[in-house]
Amino acid sequence: MSRFRIRTTIAVALAFAFALWAAGPAAEAAPKRGGILKYVVPAEPPSYDGHRETTFALIHPIAPFYSVLIRVNPDNPASPTDFVCDLCTEFPQPTDGGKKYTFKIRRDVKFHDGSPLTAHDIVATFKKIIDPPKGVASARKAFYAMVAKYYAPDDYTVVFELKHPSGAFIPALGNPYNFVYSKKMLDKDMRWYEKNVMGSGPFKFKQAQPGALIGGVRNDNYHHKGKPYLDGFQAIFADKQSLRVQAIRGGRAYIEFRGFPPKSRDDLKKALGDKITVQESDWNCALFITPNNKVKPFDDVRVRRALTLAVDRWGGSNYLSQIAIVKTVGGVAFPGHPLAATKQELEQLAGYWPDIEKSRAEAKRLLAEAGFPNGFEFTLHNRGVDQPYKIVGTWLIDQWRKVGLKVEQWVQPTGPFYSVLRKSKNFQVSIDFNCQSVVNPLVDVSKFISDDRAGNNYASYQDRVLDELFDNMNRSGDPAEQRRLMRQFEKRALDEQAYTFITLWWYRIIPHNSIVKGWKISPSHYLNQQLETVWLDQ
Amino acid sequence: MYKYIFKRILLMIPTLFGAAVLVFFLMRLVPGDICELRMAGTGQYFDERALQVCREQIGLTKPLFVQFFDWVWGIARLDFGVSMWTGRPITEEIGLRFELSLQVAIMATLTATILAIPLGTISAVKQDTWIDYVVRSFSIAGIAMPSFWLGILIILGLLITTQRYFGVPWMPPIQYTPIWVDPWANLSQLIWPALATGYRYSAVATRMTRSALLEVLREDYVRTARAKGLLEKLIINRHALKNALLPVTTVIGLEFAFLMGGLVVTEQVFNLNGLGKLFVLAVTHHDYTMTQSLVMLVALVFVLTNFFIDVFYAWLDPRIRYR
Amino acid sequence: MAVTEKQVAIAPQVDETEETRFTWGEVARNLFLRKPLGATGAVVILIMVAVALFADFITPYNPVVNAYDKIHEAPSAEHWLGTDQFGRDVLARIIYGARTALLVGFTASLVGATAGLILGVASAYFGGRFDLLFQRVMDIFIAFPLIIMALAVVSIFGTGTQNVIIAITFPFVPRCARVVRASALAVREIPYVDAARALGFNHVRIIMRHMIPNVMAPYLIILTAFLGQAILLEASLSYLGLGVQEPTPAWGLMLQGGAEEYAESAPWIAIFPGVAISLSVFAFNLFGDAVRDTLDPRLRSD
Repeated sequence: MSRFRIRTTIAVALAFAFALWAAGPAAEAAPKRGGILKYVVPAEPPSYDGHRETTFALIHPIAPFYSVLIRVNPDNPASPTDFVCDLCTEFPQPTDGGKKYTFKIRRDVKFHDGSPLTAHDIVATFKKIIDPPKGVASARKAFYAMVAKYYAPDDYTVVFELKHPSGAFIPALGNPYNFVYSKKMLDKDMRWYEKNVMGSGPFKFKQAQPGALIGGVRNDNYHHKGKPYLDGFQAIFADKQSLRVQAIRGGRAYIEFRGFPPKSRDDLKKALGDKITVQESDWNCALFITPNNKVKPFDDVRVRRALTLAVDRWGGSNYLSQIAIVKTVGGVAFPGHPLAATKQELEQLAGYWPDIEKSRAEAKRLLAEAGFPNGFEFTLHNRGVDQPYKIVGTWLIDQWRKVGLKVEQWVQPTGPFYSVLRKSKNFQVSIDFNCQSVVNPLVDVSKFISDDRAGNNYASYQDRVLDELFDNMNRSGDPAEQRRLMRQFEKRALDEQAYTFITLWWYRIIPHNSIVKGWKISPSHYLNQQLETVWLDQ
Repeated sequence: MYKYIFKRILLMIPTLFGAAVLVFFLMRLVPGDICELRMAGTGQYFDERALQVCREQIGLTKPLFVQFFDWVWGIARLDFGVSMWTGRPITEEIGLRFELSLQVAIMATLTATILAIPLGTISAVKQDTWIDYVVRSFSIAGIAMPSFWLGILIILGLLITTQRYFGVPWMPPIQYTPIWVDPWANLSQLIWPALATGYRYSAVATRMTRSALLEVLREDYVRTARAKGLLEKLIINRHALKNALLPVTTVIGLEFAFLMGGLVVTEQVFNLNGLGKLFVLAVTHHDYTMTQSLVMLVALVFVLTNFFIDVFYAWLDPRIRYR
Repeated sequence: MAVTEKQVAIAPQVDETEETRFTWGEVARNLFLRKPLGATGAVVILIMVAVALFADFITPYNPVVNAYDKIHEAPSAEHWLGTDQFGRDVLARIIYGARTALLVGFTASLVGATAGLILGVASAYFGGRFDLLFQRVMDIFIAFPLIIMALAVVSIFGTGTQNVIIAITFPFVPRCARVVRASALAVREIPYVDAARALGFNHVRIIMRHMIPNVMAPYLIILTAFLGQAILLEASLSYLGLGVQEPTPAWGLMLQGGAEEYAESAPWIAIFPGVAISLSVFAFNLFGDAVRDTLDPRLRSD
């Protein structure tokens, strides 16, 4: 070849190589605008007021209509610590020894009726949440016990002053139910938002057919420019799970935001192959066994320890994760969170020993010592819902059978189940659970502290040691110290005293139509539901 | 005659009142109330004060007899109150679902009638032959299958067959469109539950047609017609069937009355937003006012249907009036 | 409901000259010779009863023990009907389920129909205000939806086979009472019953010895009608979560929950219990029809 030719070839090759390098890895497709997202929701919320309700059935159809002050990062919702601004301009660092948070509010936000959103609307919103007037219900009031005062020094600044620094404040503030309402409407009628929708979120309210669906349409004046991508959405209510799965299979809906059992995922995958994308994540819900500490023989710590030692969590996880929405073996803190125990730390706790035979032998020994060498009979109180309650209940009965405990299930529909669990407490051992939205272990473990302090401790016990550990954890600002205290807390609650213990953590499986893009799964079905990042690839 | 009608009307009242008392107190015997359900639904922490506010707003804190009296007095003034769960007026909630339930009930009854009368006739005419056996087996199979099982099989069948033959799985729509807005969408959703329900209820009507026709065929005037040499087919169509239809329409009428609000399980399976689903939701939510109103509605339909039938038969057979 | 009051009420205009008591031999002969469908039904029922009674001997597998390594196995030589989501043999659960079904079916029907029989006859016999009041109470219970009754029973007394039976018995009593009362009203007018009352015979004796035997026909018809319905009701209640609970084997329970989820990948879990229910209700209905045809003189084909 001539020298000219060689040089040209090399130049072309280099240019080509450079072009390849510059292009980087295959670029993600750019979001397309347009389309109506249809999704199924398992239940209909009783009202539209986020401050009042606690059901996820409110979040799924209604959250897209509202903005919040801060929220879990929609691009990284799996992280329990990544909070970003929605209505604020930049995420503030606490001042005054960690007790003061000053939020600067965006100036380009408008409510759907055209009126501008200011700091006064935000203060009015939080007044309704933290200090509701008489006759107004606020379900999460107690999350803000650390707040001393909050005010708006000017139209675009909101200040929160705390009584003491607290690692639980930011997650509480970022709770997905804290829809920002218009002060004008609240002044008119504090309960107006129960039956009406008017927010500043990515979607405007379009229609509601009670019992059937709720529909929204794009908010063209949304403050996050360029979003939302969707023209609108339709949230269709469908009670039966099998029907929801069929809806996705038959193209009547594209996604469901709660979670399906593993078999449904397998069925959908088998039937539709690539047309289905599956996202999975650990779920911030755990199924508990709660013995009634005031009833014999469960007031004996040996019996309680036997109950937890008999259960093969590691083996059960393998098997149950194939048929139920549970999977991960974990301690008191959300698995994967910095404050959670590592596998080695877990294996030290009763019920988590790697050798199940040894564990069961110990259980039998404890039972004999407590006066039951041949086991005894009792009734397990359970909720009449298949996933995962009844399935795990059936499995537990089988586990306990292996140490000589003969157990019958007492299953109740949801209403009576709660009544017995919370009020009358006339059960021997009950299935229990702890579901939270924002992952906040420091607050979530409040379930284990004394029942005269905790809001959801149904095991009937008081333990001041646990209370003290809890308070110290929450007052400490140092993560290492928090972790150390958490391990002590966990050991005492699950191992030494076995007041109430965890079976498995839930597992969230979302198989959805592959045309749905831009939605990332998070550990909680309450999070990341404003739908502004979602687009349809069609 | 009027005395009979008047007496019958009077007798409706204690039945309705008894139903009211029963549902009112029975629901309150079940542990757990609506506010607990609303707040505690997730195992999440919630504030006890919110629970109390909820109860006061709904009126659960008033003494029991006051609540009962308020409710009954409200009914007397035709004010049925609001749903405890949503706060919307009950007439509105029921009205929203009435259309769909009515349409399904009508379509199911039509299906049942179309199946029952020919099948019952054949079965009667060919009594005790193998045709009779086949027809009766077919119609009994309808009531033997659990309705939800049939529903699941139908939807699954549709999905699998359409995917196999057309490449794309099809299932009925899961949201309701009124028939005058989009007849295709409406019918493609409601035809399946109508068929499933109609097939099940046709069994009763078929049996009724068969036995009524058999009875008529033994009457003297039929024997006379046969003796006269009239064609069997003519006898059946012109003389026998018309007279047999009386008890048949009674049965069909009764079934129709119960189809309104009685399709609890079917509506669950096909995701129909009808009165049956409303009923299940009301009961599981412990929505006392809604449950009470729905039970009263069902009781009223039942009582009225019986009333009209009684009056009708009394008109036909005067002896009944003096019982 | 299968039999309406009007249909049967017009039927037994009791004529003292006609033989009103059927011997069991006659009934059986009629059944098998003239009603092959009914005979088929009876045979199926007998098979069911046999299966339920000898369940312990015919099942190789325990129906409640979980086997986690064998979940969702398709029907094979080892497990003829496959295994369910807990690894339990489906055939074993169906066989034991027959026991539950028959227990629930027979008990609820028998108790319900018999209670209805006694109450209906008593109501017709005593007449007057008692009858009026009683009719209203029965009407209330007939109009009352089963699901609320079941929810109340389940919440107050708990779930479990026993309480399901109680819940299902409730709707049967008034329906039977109504039908029986209509027939009993006719019986009350018979001269010898009148005479017995005039002679001052004990009420109970008259009811038991004279009235009840004469309304046996509608009673038996209703009873056999209830048998199939009881099984269906149990299935529906289980579907709604108010019926028998795990791990008791029961057909309705097997269809609930897991079955719908796995209907596509493991259809045997959903299909076979459904077939079992359908077959048994079918059999009961055929048998009931034949009984009615035999006992109801108008429907004979001569």
